[in-house]
Amino acid sequence: MNLFCIGLSHQTANVATREQFAGNATAESIARDAGCAEALLLTTCNRVEVYAVSDTRISTEEIARCLIAKPDRNQDNYAPPFYRYEDSKCVQHLFRVASGLDSMVVGESEIFGQAKKAYESARTSGAVGPYLHRLFQRAFRVAKQVRTHTDIARGAVSVGSVAVELAQRIFGKLSECKVLVLGAGETSERTTRALVSRGVTDLRVSNRSSDRARDLTQGVGGRDVPFDDWVAQCREIDILLTSTASETPLLTSEVLAPMLRERLDRPLFIIDIAVPRDVDPSVNELEGVYLYDIDSIRSVAEQSLALRRQQIAAAEAIIAGHVADFFDSISRGLNRLSHATEHSAIGENPLRASEL
Amino acid sequence: MQLSLVSSWVETIRKLPSSDGNLQCPVPVERYFLIISTVCFFAAVVHTVIELRAKVFRPMRFNFFAIGVGYVFQTAFLWIRGQELGRCPITNLFEVFAFLAWSVALVYMLVGSAYRLSLMGAFTAPLVLLLQGFALIAPIDIRHSGTVPANSWLEFHASMSLVAYGVFALACIAGVMYLLQERQLKTHHLHSIFYHLPPLTNLFAVITRLLWWGFALYTVGIVSGFFTGRPLPRIQVVAAIALWLLYAAILQARHLKWLAPKRVAALCIIGFSAALALLWGITFTAELHHVP
Repeated sequence: MNLFCIGLSHQTANVATREQFAGNATAESIARDAGCAEALLLTTCNRVEVYAVSDTRISTEEIARCLIAKPDRNQDNYAPPFYRYEDSKCVQHLFRVASGLDSMVVGESEIFGQAKKAYESARTSGAVGPYLHRLFQRAFRVAKQVRTHTDIARGAVSVGSVAVELAQRIFGKLSECKVLVLGAGETSERTTRALVSRGVTDLRVSNRSSDRARDLTQGVGGRDVPFDDWVAQCREIDILLTSTASETPLLTSEVLAPMLRERLDRPLFIIDIAVPRDVDPSVNELEGVYLYDIDSIRSVAEQSLALRRQQIAAAEAIIAGHVADFFDSISRGLNRLSHATEHSAIGENPLRASEL
Repeated sequence: MQLSLVSSWVETIRKLPSSDGNLQCPVPVERYFLIISTVCFFAAVVHTVIELRAKVFRPMRFNFFAIGVGYVFQTAFLWIRGQELGRCPITNLFEVFAFLAWSVALVYMLVGSAYRLSLMGAFTAPLVLLLQGFALIAPIDIRHSGTVPANSWLEFHASMSLVAYGVFALACIAGVMYLLQERQLKTHHLHSIFYHLPPLTNLFAVITRLLWWGFALYTVGIVSGFFTGRPLPRIQVVAAIALWLLYAAILQARHLKWLAPKRVAALCIIGFSAALALLWGITFTAELHHVP
């Protein structure tokens, strides 16, 4: 019995190549067309991978032909952009993928959900048997362990998530925070949605065009504030998100400092994603004010990514332990299976007979 | 029951003949308990340093466990020493430092778990290690000749003040954590520890509560000092009241929102440094004036 993974990812193929092989096959069709005992298809925007178990060796070419939408009879070899992992390498690869180590953004957690979805889909169609069931269950366990025992998923890597992460590090729960959104652009809308998804309920939106402000408040909740009144709001709010098209800074230390005296015990978190900036950089010097412009948010995102990369070694160590353990158990199972197949009655499913 | 078992075990060890046939153990047995306790806190510090260097810092159970075991041995030390003296074991600087370290560990275990500040252990362990390490290394375990008569008010006053110091120590530690987190947020340079430190507002709430608790206990300690029936050196009284006024001023400024949280956090550090200096001064003058 062979356990193998054949696929292509953002590391080996560009999007034009990947899209040729994505969305044309199912786990069931691959199992049927390629003659695999079990198969599972994992398709995301960054990868197309087939995990399979077969009695005889199945070539990469054959799997590639199952994946492509319109096989070109004149093309002899589809294999080059594909990688192939077998046995313990296959196990290791899956554990790395599920843990987010092989992702474009190291440590991202979306792949975990995508792998679960792929597994569920293949299981429902009957393409997954006991081998892949055990393999994927272990992969999910490993991924959870990696996330729990390392900082691989720590830190935010997008503007919205960095803003939310920083806000939570300042205020803890965001449900009691008052947020003012100044300028209702696309990025500020995304960031606002991220804040609302983390519990913000007191949301105020101020925009030169009150129609746009109303659109945003209707979309995410909250109330609109006349643009002339937004400065006075700084006495009450906890978070200010600005993204106007103003050519000159709208908020300076001179304007903000007198208002801060009235709220000395409460921090003010300012996210300025406008270019040119809406808030004068000197505002960050004021006590209790934490100003982040677009560059500092990017810098935080890069630091988070660097931190995640530093965790790779620790994550690899966890994975290595599980690979050795899992491959030992699966090898024992395969041997038992071969033995059972030789002696089993005709018609008895050898996979069910195995303890795997 | 268990304490009496420990007591009988200690007595047995004491009576074991040493190499020269003398029945006296050269190092007081209870001191070994303090050494073991110090090793536990040292282990917690080493664990933290290793994790910080590897940039995989996680406030894991190890710190809480090491501090817990260290606390048990601290308690055993104080209990045995107390049994031997027949009074609260705060008769010299060595015992005072050990008692203070015990108070810090106790307050951490109460506060750390209540406020989910597991990371506080990483900051508490070095402080306790410093206090106990100093107590063990410095030649300050001087036994007074003759038995010192017990005075329950004096013991209550001293022990209550030391527990208050323990609370102030934790406020100081929370202050350090606040300043560390605040600095990272202000400079936009985030270390791995940033993701494990509590939010600023939560830390400030903890600082405020600890200040109130410490202040209340210290007030009780100071007031009970007036009922001891013994004249205390004037400088001690003045210094203790000055410290009380310092904390009262911090709390008043906090209550009236005169001070930004960052300054309150900094004052917690200054306040505890002053408390330590005062403690040293009190014990020093007490030994000069033979006040137990």
